[in-house]
Amino acid sequence: MAQATTRQVIKHRRNSRQSRGDIVFETIVIILLALLALVIIYPLYFVVIASFSEAKAVVGGDVIFLPKGLTLDNYMECFKNGDLMLGYKNAFILLIIGTAVYLFLTILCAYPLSRRDLWGRNGIMIFCTIPMFFGGGLIPTYLTVTKTLNLHNWAAVILVGGVSTYNMIIMRTFFQTSIPFELQEAAEIDGSTPFGTLIRIILPLSIPVICVIGLYYGVGIWNSYFSALIYVSDKNLWPLQLFLRQILVNADLSAVDGGDVADMARRAMRAEIIKYAICVLASIPMLVIYPFIQRYFVKGVMIGSVKG
Amino acid sequence: MSDRSIKTAGTYKRTGLGHWIRQRRINKNWQFYVMLILPLLWYVLFCYLPMYGVVLAFKKYSAMKGILGSPWVDPWYKWFMKYYQSPYFARTITNTFILSFSSLLFGFPLPILLALLLNEVRNKTFQKFVQNVTYIPHFLSTVVLVGMLTCFTNRDFGIVNKLIVALGGTAENWMQVPSLFRSMYVGSGVWQNMGWDSIIYIAALAGVDPQLHESAYIDGANRYQCMWHINLPCILPTVIIMLILNSGHILSVGFEKVYLMQNGLNMAVSDVISTYVYRISLLSSNQFELSTAIGLFNSVVNCAMLVLVNKISKKVSDVQLW
Repeated sequence: MAQATTRQVIKHRRNSRQSRGDIVFETIVIILLALLALVIIYPLYFVVIASFSEAKAVVGGDVIFLPKGLTLDNYMECFKNGDLMLGYKNAFILLIIGTAVYLFLTILCAYPLSRRDLWGRNGIMIFCTIPMFFGGGLIPTYLTVTKTLNLHNWAAVILVGGVSTYNMIIMRTFFQTSIPFELQEAAEIDGSTPFGTLIRIILPLSIPVICVIGLYYGVGIWNSYFSALIYVSDKNLWPLQLFLRQILVNADLSAVDGGDVADMARRAMRAEIIKYAICVLASIPMLVIYPFIQRYFVKGVMIGSVKG
Repeated sequence: MSDRSIKTAGTYKRTGLGHWIRQRRINKNWQFYVMLILPLLWYVLFCYLPMYGVVLAFKKYSAMKGILGSPWVDPWYKWFMKYYQSPYFARTITNTFILSFSSLLFGFPLPILLALLLNEVRNKTFQKFVQNVTYIPHFLSTVVLVGMLTCFTNRDFGIVNKLIVALGGTAENWMQVPSLFRSMYVGSGVWQNMGWDSIIYIAALAGVDPQLHESAYIDGANRYQCMWHINLPCILPTVIIMLILNSGHILSVGFEKVYLMQNGLNMAVSDVISTYVYRISLLSSNQFELSTAIGLFNSVVNCAMLVLVNKISKKVSDVQLW
């Protein structure tokens, strides 16, 4: 009781002792941050409003704060595009398989290494950390995967990812610090095997970190194009990012076919605007998942980052 | 299980393999080792096998014989010499170094500043809002980011050029202007990752002891002074660790973004080691040995930088990775 009052007094004093300098300082900080938020959000906002606007208005520079001539045509055009839809389907399948495989491997690696009583733990840890700093490089990896292991297409793309040591360390730190070791000991005294402990004790208590690491892996798989570029030769298996690269960056207009639009200039204009819709469509899956995971996010990341 | 081991404990030999195993609890923990089989197998196949494949840098590769069967080259440094003498040596190294160094120069301090400023905001809603807004770009893919850059700076349709024309300038296709390549690369990188990179500093700031602030207030410090003289020194170990880790990438620029931003007109500034390696090996001529040698050179420089910066940091600040 007495302590609470003292604390209140201190708090009250601190608030009332906000000098004029402090108020000016905080105002400047808030203005700076608001400006920064604006700079970061505006390009994204512009992409969204442009994607809902008529091509002519965007190209003419009329779309600045609000969409002009609200339309869904740009999106309709995207949905009609076979390549994009195929890419979407492939990327989703890769996303699900990849995230599951990576999480499976990472958990199986992190849990034993989180156990203090595991003989050889430090040695295994070093074995896992070395690849973080030294890798074979592009060609040795490519030759190993395609020639020695004879893996191609999706198998290669998925397996080359595997365990990220950084994520594994975050997970291991979480197992070590957030789950009391006594809990595991108690379960083992009651006759639980290590596999049983993992499934019944560790996993239910680790939802936050599993979600966060899953998000890391998922975003990585969804957004990367390089391993698909070198390992996937069959165009029917291309993930979305490769088609995007073709349309957005290499400006391959044939992929966005206007159909009825006859003259070149108008077609180029349309293609340019459709790109905005494509950007939105390609980013939405990751941005939609994010708020659901965000509540676990701070907890999971903080634990890993402070001690890992 | 435990009953039996108690009953028979006395009859076990205290020497030999069985004793060695029991002493280290390997018999009780065997399932943990079973769990480790798959991940460690993955490490061996996909990290250590390619690492061994680095010997290709000293061999003459023949597809029939594989990496192991291929013969060694005569002067062992043949491929390194070839890279050193090639006209691309100076260009790729300079470009790589400039790109990664300027990314570090701008991309490293800004997240720290952002975290420090965010920490000063008392309105939690505003703080959360800014934090979440700055995270968003991190979730965009490189392809989308470069696609956005291309759209914005398009000569005829891009909003940036509309603005420039409105202000009386001339429109240009920015992606094809070599002098703009570096600033666009670094700028978009900062835009995309600033918020995300600040997370670790925000976490570190959460651990600063509030008593330090209390006593500073009593001594008459204002908030600005608290930020510079308490918060910053408190997160300095984290800052240094991150700096050491980043210095280990000084010669490796992310391939994905550079390759997407590259075009015939800006090659002189955008050709970096990783894109060159890709070009001479998988894209056109199959110069596997040369590109392995370049990759090895790259790794060695990166490792050396890491060790060096770690040593300097150990001397100067007592903070170190190992």
